Amino acid sequence: MHEGAPDPGLYDFSPYRDRKSIVWPGGKSCAVWVAPNLEYYEVDPPAHPKRKAWARPHPDVVGYSHRDHSNRVSHWRMADVMSKHGFPGSVSLSVALCQHHPEVVADAKARGWEFFSHGIYNTRYAYDMSEEQERAIIEDSIATVREATGQTIRGWLAPALTHTPHTLDLIAAYGLEYTCDLYHDDQVQPVKTATGKLVSIPYSLEVNDHYGFFIYNMSPREYADTLVRQYERLADEGGTVMCIPLHAYLIGQPHRIGPFEEALRYIAADGRAWLTKAGDIVDAWRAQQ
Amino acid sequence: MTLDPTYLEYPKRRHGYDHDLYEWSAIHARKPVFWRNNKSVAVWVCVSLEWFPITPTDTPFRAPGHMQTAYPDYRHYTARDYGNRVGVYRLLDAFAKAGMKASFATNSVIAERYPTLVADIVSAGHEIIAHSTDMNGTIATGLPVDAERALIAKSLDMLERATGTRPKGWLSIARSQSWDTPDLLKKAGVRYCCDWVNDELPYRFKNGLINLPLNHELSDRQIITVQQQSADSYAQQMRDAFEWLASEATGRILPLHVTPYIMALPYRIGALEELLIELAAQSQAWMATGGEIIDAWEAQQ
Repeated sequence: MHEGAPDPGLYDFSPYRDRKSIVWPGGKSCAVWVAPNLEYYEVDPPAHPKRKAWARPHPDVVGYSHRDHSNRVSHWRMADVMSKHGFPGSVSLSVALCQHHPEVVADAKARGWEFFSHGIYNTRYAYDMSEEQERAIIEDSIATVREATGQTIRGWLAPALTHTPHTLDLIAAYGLEYTCDLYHDDQVQPVKTATGKLVSIPYSLEVNDHYGFFIYNMSPREYADTLVRQYERLADEGGTVMCIPLHAYLIGQPHRIGPFEEALRYIAADGRAWLTKAGDIVDAWRAQQ
Repeated sequence: MTLDPTYLEYPKRRHGYDHDLYEWSAIHARKPVFWRNNKSVAVWVCVSLEWFPITPTDTPFRAPGHMQTAYPDYRHYTARDYGNRVGVYRLLDAFAKAGMKASFATNSVIAERYPTLVADIVSAGHEIIAHSTDMNGTIATGLPVDAERALIAKSLDMLERATGTRPKGWLSIARSQSWDTPDLLKKAGVRYCCDWVNDELPYRFKNGLINLPLNHELSDRQIITVQQQSADSYAQQMRDAFEWLASEATGRILPLHVTPYIMALPYRIGALEELLIELAAQSQAWMATGGEIIDAWEAQQ
C-alpha cells in the first residue's frame, strides 16, 4: 500500500457494470463459502497500546466464557449443521487453537475444511508490529497449521482485523493467495502488492453473524432471512461470491441454530449455489482471467 | 513505533486453557446426562431480584440497569423498584399458572427491605440464589479481596437470616467475577455459581465449585433491552431454542433469565405466561430450579 497516502492504492477502480462474466463450475451463478472463525481468546493477554482486549478488568467473565462456548459446545453444533447441508468450511483460525484445543481443529480437518490464518490469538493485535514481527506471525501461522493439519495456508484474515501498512505485501511475499480483509467488492479482485499474486475474496462482513446480531441487532430469524436475501440477489446477478462469516458462540446458540439451518437448507436446495471453499473460488476465478 | 518483543511471546500456549480455573472439555465428549423421567431439556427460569440504591457507588463498576441521570434519578430508581412491587408478583402468578418453580437470584437487602416479598417467594416453593447485597455490590478485579469476601458473606448471611436457609447458589451482578471469586465462593460454602456462560451443562471448577451456566444471550436483558426486540420475538426465540435442545436428545438446559422490571411489564408479561405454559406442557421439558438441576447432575457424575 501507499503508506500515509489518502488512497492506500490497494486496487484499481473497476466498475461492476460491463465486467467480463464469471461462471462458476457446473454453471453455478453464486459461489457460497462459509467461514467459521475458530478462535482462541486469551483470558489475560498483554496490553496493546492501540486496542484493549476486554471491556472489563481481567477476567472478563462474560466476554471470555461467551467465546469459550464455541470450543466447548457450539462449534460442534454449527459444524454438524453445515455438514448436513453440504457446506464445507474455510476456517479463519487463531492458530494457537492448534495447541489449546487441537480436538476442534481435528474435527474441522476431518470434515475436509480448509484453513487460513486469523493470527496467533484473537487477543494479539498487529497494529504497530515491525515488519520482522509481522513476518514472525505469518511464519508461525504457516508452520503451525502445516504441523496440525498438513495444509499450507493460502489466505489471511488479520487477527481481530488489525493490520499494518505491510500486511498485504508480506502475506503475498510468503505466497499467500487471498486476503479476507478488503470489502470493496462482491467478486474476487486483484490486489496490488509489491510481489506475489494476491486477490481479495469477498468476506461479506455485513452478513457476518457478529454484525447481524450485535451491530444490526437482528433476531435469529431476521438474520436467517438476511442470508437468504443476500444469496438471492447475488445468485440473480451471477459470477458473484457470498461468504457467510460465522462464530460458533453466536450462530451456534440454541435460539439461533434452527433458523440458520433453514437458511442453509434454502441455499443448498436452490440449485444456483456452488457450495465451496475459499481456495477453490480463487482457483476458479484465476482460470477465467 | 514497534511493539515490545514480549508481545510476541506466548507463555501459556499449551493444551487446554491459558488459565487454571477449570478443565478443558467439549460437551459431546462427556458422559450423557439425563434429567428426571428421562426428559432431555431442563427449563430453568432464573429471576434477578434487584434493588438499585439511588446513590450508585461505581466500586468497582456500575451495574447494568443502574441510575443514569444526575442525582436524584427518580426515573430509574422507581422504574427498577417497580419490578419489586408489581412485576415480581406477575411473575409469581405466571409460575403458578404454569405449575413450575423458579430460582430467584436475590439481592440480600431485598430480604430486609421487603420481607413480605421474600416470604411469598419462599412459601411458593421457589429457590433463593444469592445475588450480592444490592446493585452497588459489583465484583471485579480491583475490588480488595477483603471487601469481596465481606460482600459475599453479608449477602449469604442476610438471606439465611431472612429465609432460614443458606443459599447454595450465587449469581454475580453482570456475571462479573474477580480472579478470587471462585475460591471465595467455595470457601463461603456456596455450591454453585451461575456466572460463566461457556457451557450448556454444569461443570466443576478445579476447586470443586460448580458452574451452572446462565446463558446471557437468552436473557430478557440481552434480547429486549440490549437488542431491542419484542416480547413476542423473545418468546419465539425461546421456543426455537427449546426445540433445538430437545432435538439433541441428551440432557441440556434452557436457561430463561428474566428481570421483573423488564419482562413483567403489562405489555410483555402475556408473552412470557404463554411461553411458560407451553414449555411446561412439552413432553421433553423438566421445569426445574437451579438447585434441582445441580442435584440431578451431581448424582450422575
